[in-house]
Amino acid sequence: MASWPILSITTFLPILGVLWISALQGDDEHTRRNARWAALWTTLVTFAVSLVLVWRFDPASPEFQFEEKTSWLGGFSTYHMGVDGISLPFVILTTGLMPLCIIASWEVIQTRVKEYMIAFLALETLMVGTFSALDLVLFYLFFEGGLIPMFLIIGVWGGPRRVYASFKFFLYTLLGSVLMLLAIMAMYWQANTTDIPALMKYAFPQGMQTWLWLAFFASFAVKMPMWPVHTWLPDAHVEAPTAGSVILAAILLKMGGYGFLRFSVPMFPHASMDLAPLIFTLSVVAVIYTSLVALVQEDMKKLIAYSSVAHMGFVTMGIFALTAQGVAGGIFQMISHGIVSAALFLCVGVVYDRMHTREIAAYGGLVNNMPLYAVVFMVFTLANVGLPGTSGFIGEFLALIGTFRVNIPVATLATVGVILSACYALWLYRKVIFGVLEKPALVALRDLGRREILVFAPLVILTILFGVYPKPVLDMSAASVAQLLENYQAAVGPKKAAMDVSRPPLTVAK
Amino acid sequence: MSPIVEMPALLPALPEILLVVGAMALLMVGAYRENSVQLVNGCAFALLVLAALVVYALPSGRIVTFGGGFVLDDFARVLKILTLAGSAATIALARDYQAAERQEKFEFAILILLSTTGMLMLISAADLIALYLGLELMSLALYVVAASNRDSIRSTEAGLKYFVLGALSSGMLLYGASLIYGFTGTVNFAGIAKAAGQGGLGLTFGLVFLFAGFCFKVSAVPFHMWTPDVYEGAPTPVTAFFASAPKIAAIAIFVRAPITAFPEITPQWQQIVVFVSIASMVLGAFAAIGQRNIKRLMAYSAIGHMGFALIGLAAATPEGVQGVIVYMGIYLAMTLGTFACILSMRTSHGLVENISDLAGLARTKPGMAFFLATMMFSLAGIPPLAGFFAKYFVFLAAIKAGLYALAVIGVLASVVGAYYYLLIVKVMYFDEAAEPFERMPGLLKVVTGVTGIFVLLFFVYPAPLVSAAAAAAKSLF
Repeated sequence: MASWPILSITTFLPILGVLWISALQGDDEHTRRNARWAALWTTLVTFAVSLVLVWRFDPASPEFQFEEKTSWLGGFSTYHMGVDGISLPFVILTTGLMPLCIIASWEVIQTRVKEYMIAFLALETLMVGTFSALDLVLFYLFFEGGLIPMFLIIGVWGGPRRVYASFKFFLYTLLGSVLMLLAIMAMYWQANTTDIPALMKYAFPQGMQTWLWLAFFASFAVKMPMWPVHTWLPDAHVEAPTAGSVILAAILLKMGGYGFLRFSVPMFPHASMDLAPLIFTLSVVAVIYTSLVALVQEDMKKLIAYSSVAHMGFVTMGIFALTAQGVAGGIFQMISHGIVSAALFLCVGVVYDRMHTREIAAYGGLVNNMPLYAVVFMVFTLANVGLPGTSGFIGEFLALIGTFRVNIPVATLATVGVILSACYALWLYRKVIFGVLEKPALVALRDLGRREILVFAPLVILTILFGVYPKPVLDMSAASVAQLLENYQAAVGPKKAAMDVSRPPLTVAK
Repeated sequence: MSPIVEMPALLPALPEILLVVGAMALLMVGAYRENSVQLVNGCAFALLVLAALVVYALPSGRIVTFGGGFVLDDFARVLKILTLAGSAATIALARDYQAAERQEKFEFAILILLSTTGMLMLISAADLIALYLGLELMSLALYVVAASNRDSIRSTEAGLKYFVLGALSSGMLLYGASLIYGFTGTVNFAGIAKAAGQGGLGLTFGLVFLFAGFCFKVSAVPFHMWTPDVYEGAPTPVTAFFASAPKIAAIAIFVRAPITAFPEITPQWQQIVVFVSIASMVLGAFAAIGQRNIKRLMAYSAIGHMGFALIGLAAATPEGVQGVIVYMGIYLAMTLGTFACILSMRTSHGLVENISDLAGLARTKPGMAFFLATMMFSLAGIPPLAGFFAKYFVFLAAIKAGLYALAVIGVLASVVGAYYYLLIVKVMYFDEAAEPFERMPGLLKVVTGVTGIFVLLFFVYPAPLVSAAAAAAKSLF
């Protein structure tokens, strides 16, 4: 069993599903059913295999596990896969959400079902690969490859302005990434390898670090997305089909944060320290500005999209606080946001499927005939706000205390964002759910169906579970985070020590 | 002094001899036998494949013959095989077109054979005379095939334009060659390298004219003007031919001449190549956006791609040359695949060429749409498709050579270029269906399938092309 390349199996299993579905002939109802079932089973099996990873993962070790390595690309690179405590949660998040996406698209997608399922399965391979690649070129391959299926998902099954949104999504992300590609090449010639673990140990010259950091930043900031390069996100979210929005918000955005943790901080520690103020500034602007923008949105999906940008602001802030709490909070917030924002987009999808509008003003009083929906929506709204007892709280809280230790003004300003998030999220909830059910079209709305309950149940459970018992996620990444910070401190140690002389260190009770 | 001239070793030139003799024989067959088009086509295809096998089977190492004018090294081997593959594929692409358009002329295959012979000579040329002979043999045959549809005004116009501009560029090249000869006293590349020393104004002047001729042949800016008109006007299989094999041969000599003949004055010609490369990439990216005709679009796309390939030459390192060869190999597959799809754009009204005719192809012909979309994403350089690796290797060389500005402008141009490739995908996948195309001929299916699978799965096992290119690059330095 030990010799099985479980990670590669997890990554490439969906491709089997792709082959299976593309072998199906015809376009009648029967074929569509088969395509849906094939996709569901593929994602479920992939999820099951990925659980083997969790089961056999040793959380006490900060090293990469399940490593696989073969030579590739004529000696220029290697096929090197592996996960550590930072990447494994994202792999599980991906494989876990995919079956839910397939179920959520079960009845909504009626045209070109085969192609839809193929695009999603191909996307799954590319996403899992992104999180488990341990070679820069391989990483880039997966990272960029994901653009193709997502472009098609938005463009083929999207809303009225889908063409504009898909092009904007594709070109924006590509523009950021090509600069990263050049940085990858520069790193190859400097260190003579594209192997990620080797590069983590390699000390790049300080002047070079800044340029490399900025090139990686260009890519991850767009992907994250950070203010001011976030404008593709609301468009992409609004136009994408529900499951596309879910994947976009829950997983594609996390690639940016994951990239910061995997590349920027460990490989360019000096630049990370020097440029942390830039990240702090952009994060605070994102948290406050996009929260304010979210307040005036009339479209539900757009509001949630802007709230995503704000929440990602907490993540970048926490990561670049470079304290144990900050980084752990950043990771936790990403996982939590992956669950909560996915669920919120699914919530919008539920009413959109029935009413075919996402305009907030078109709704009101849904609590009267959709009580179950109201409860589910409430759980996720509160998690989005960061109410204690939900997973949203843990991530934001950790990120904030992590930041307090290094930069009090930034943390204080970010706290304002928490209040603003309560404003827009609760406002949305009140407008849609409460009030008098006076619009005639709404009276006939059904409450959640069986399939929808099946989708929401695991998400509700996880949101509350991680809210009161965040240990599984935090433990999984603890050792890797500790090592990340240890290496960071060792690299910037002398400089930091010099800075600390002028000001006595704050004593923080652990 | 004995007047007896020693017979040069002919073995290294066996593929060329084979093609020429074969072409002559087929000319006789075509002239004296009725309805021999299919036969000539088939024999020409077989000859090209045979020539490729001969190239592969020739003794390894560096062999020089014809008084130092003809060299067979790994560089020549790899590029010859690519060129022959491109020519053979063109003949396959042309078959159904000729039948459907009543253009069954046996001369087509023979001209391709002769042109290919010129290309092979060009790739092996190691002095200025051989260079010019190869170039002219290639070009003269190309001028004629461009006008091969004699009754079409567009085709004859394309042929005439190509001929007039081509003659001008040949003149410039010849002038440059004479200057170089005048300042170094030799036509042999190795001799020039020795005599050139630190260069001088006259030599650089000659080099500029030489490069002008090369730029014309690879259709690089600022000598690209003929490309869109000729691509659009020529019969589509001929356009496919122009876009594939001659480009490889021209790039080969563009690489071989400066690297072997002017290694000492690299910085001087490097800046010319950097300029040409940037100008081609940028023009290719921006000018293609407004195109409505897919052949014209492919012309601008080719200009852009030549710019990318020249990045490798600008680096002037073994890595750079390796990048150029990998680029050309992948470019060949992408071009042939795309043109196989373009040749399948046939409605009940005949062949159509507008991008809007592809509307909704994903619904009417999902297989063709999938392969054409693969080609488009690959041309745009999106991983994990082959086009990404093509760009990867040239940029890798540019970064090593410290050409950061070139690399940054290059990747930005590739993003702009991605826009129009995406536009074609958009038309096929997002738009409502237009009039469906007729059934795709079997031979075109084969070409599309083979190139499509190559492009799609290149990343799984890229070693053959990458290491062959590495060996080829090493043989130049």
